[in-house]
Amino acid sequence: MIAANHYPILQVIVPLMAAPLCVIVRNNIIVRYVATLASWIALFIATQLMMRVMDDGPIRYVLGGWAAPLGIEYRIDLLNAFLLIIITIIGALVSIYGRFPVEKEIPESRVYLYYTVYLLALSGLLGMTVTGDMFNQFVYLEVAALSSYTLIAIGSSYRINRKALVASFRYLVLGTIGGTFFVIGIGLIYMATGALNLLDMAARIQELGGVADSRTLQVALAFLIVGLGLKMALFPLHLWQPEAYTQSPSSVSVFLAATATKVAVYLMMRVLFTVFGSVDLFATTMFDEALLILAVMAMFVGSLSAIWQVNLKRLLAYSSIAQIGYIILGVSIGNKMALAGSIVHMFNHALIKGALFMAVGAVFYRVGSSTLDDMRGLGKQMPLTMAAFTTAGLSLIGVPLTAGFISKWYLVTGVLQSGHWLVAILILFSSLLAIFYIWKIIEVAYFQSAPADAQPVSDPPLSMLLPMWGLTLLAVYFGIDAETTGLISQMAAEYLLGGGQ
Amino acid sequence: MNIPDYLPGLFNYWVSVILMMTGLYVVISRSNLVKKLVGLNLFQTSVFLFYITMGKVQGGTAPILDAKFSVYSNPVPHVLILTAIVVGIATTSLGLSLVVRIRRAYDTIEEEDISEIESLERLKSAQEKGS
Repeated sequence: MIAANHYPILQVIVPLMAAPLCVIVRNNIIVRYVATLASWIALFIATQLMMRVMDDGPIRYVLGGWAAPLGIEYRIDLLNAFLLIIITIIGALVSIYGRFPVEKEIPESRVYLYYTVYLLALSGLLGMTVTGDMFNQFVYLEVAALSSYTLIAIGSSYRINRKALVASFRYLVLGTIGGTFFVIGIGLIYMATGALNLLDMAARIQELGGVADSRTLQVALAFLIVGLGLKMALFPLHLWQPEAYTQSPSSVSVFLAATATKVAVYLMMRVLFTVFGSVDLFATTMFDEALLILAVMAMFVGSLSAIWQVNLKRLLAYSSIAQIGYIILGVSIGNKMALAGSIVHMFNHALIKGALFMAVGAVFYRVGSSTLDDMRGLGKQMPLTMAAFTTAGLSLIGVPLTAGFISKWYLVTGVLQSGHWLVAILILFSSLLAIFYIWKIIEVAYFQSAPADAQPVSDPPLSMLLPMWGLTLLAVYFGIDAETTGLISQMAAEYLLGGGQ
Repeated sequence: MNIPDYLPGLFNYWVSVILMMTGLYVVISRSNLVKKLVGLNLFQTSVFLFYITMGKVQGGTAPILDAKFSVYSNPVPHVLILTAIVVGIATTSLGLSLVVRIRRAYDTIEEEDISEIESLERLKSAQEKGS
């Protein structure tokens, strides 16, 4: 099959071309089917790519037949194949889940535009992941970022939900600063190496003797890390994130919380290990210590802030800041087990946060609010939704036999191997904090009765329940069958630490 | 007065850094949302200057193949920055359209006023719950 050779580009092209099609069609129902179909095709392509990478090793795809230094190369190895799976699973399920919440939360005249922008965001995230060219990464980064700003604001009209506009504007300002820092970093590396292809950069940097002697490369690395830190909402650059996730429509919070920040983490891994990894970066610079401190602070600030929140969406957003802390912690430790922990946690956290945001979205769909007070008695009225929330919540805490346990297991093992036993204790301690904020919700939902004047509600429609339970069951399944994800992430970590050659 | 070599020799880079910092300062210090966008634009434009300067080769001419010349400037950064300019335009137009909508929803484009309105709203809803 000819198409099979072109999967790397089709992965991006399919959603990218479906987007203008949606604008032309303009019929809300047909557009929904187009978007769903494109998302599922993307998932199919991602699984095909994953299987090929598992069998034959990394795929190199030359765009338009122009070889690497002149043209753009798409390069898929285990790490980004795994990430493609994460993005497309969430994309495919959100496209089904979104139907009813979108109808409720977005003005009817704008529904087809929602699907258009959603497809653009999806193709931006996928493009960032597949490409092996750093400037191309920047372009896709901006495609994804611009469409995320739009998605956050799309539910607001006149004075209804006007906070979303301000949240979107603040994200736009900080996101643009982050993106511009990223492009300054690319420019500085280009000055020093004359290359834009990630592997060419890595080879030149090795010839130059690494970052130790080159002020240009040191500054480049600093710009890249701060820029990507803004994009992934790493403490203390996280201020845009809670409002953006809280004010956006439910399906948008699910999609962005589960995928967008993970891709920024992926870019940071590429920068640290593939581009600068050919020299012993952490031995010659202080970047690992800096990241370690920020990661630990993110774990505590995120979890402690989450405990005090009364809006569930904001609570989950703060919890995401803590989870990004765990992922970056593994990156900063930089040995095989810790890095595998980071990679597997990207996957597990996407499933868990996706399921949690879907459950909160379902509550919002039925009750019209997502504050803690309005959760009273929902354990009886919406049993399936709250059961999914509880199960995914246990996985977030990291209870054994759930996916969250596996990631923390790898992480703690890696941290102990590196000798930072104090950090290992801090990980366990901050996991305890997660119990508080998850328990707070469970208590209100199950042990308090609904207020007398409240309308009785029931579980949401099947098209919302199925994706929610799909993610929840996956978040449990990958805790019991830890072989698959564990093996892939260990291989990916080994590959990254080997300089990605 | 002796001027060190790196001052005039790196003139463009100095200008680029000064513009960059000016832009960032405007973004942080101004409360008016349109002024924030102006600062953001300045910040992005400084990067364009930085890239274009980087592509200049001393004594090089425009990169058009000709028998008379052997030294050319590097065209790649120019091409890259064309893309970045498009990104900049998209960001600015999206930002401005958000400002239009914010003005319609809040009747103001001052960030301080918006924060005040939001905190008043929060206070009001807290009182309603309390009573």
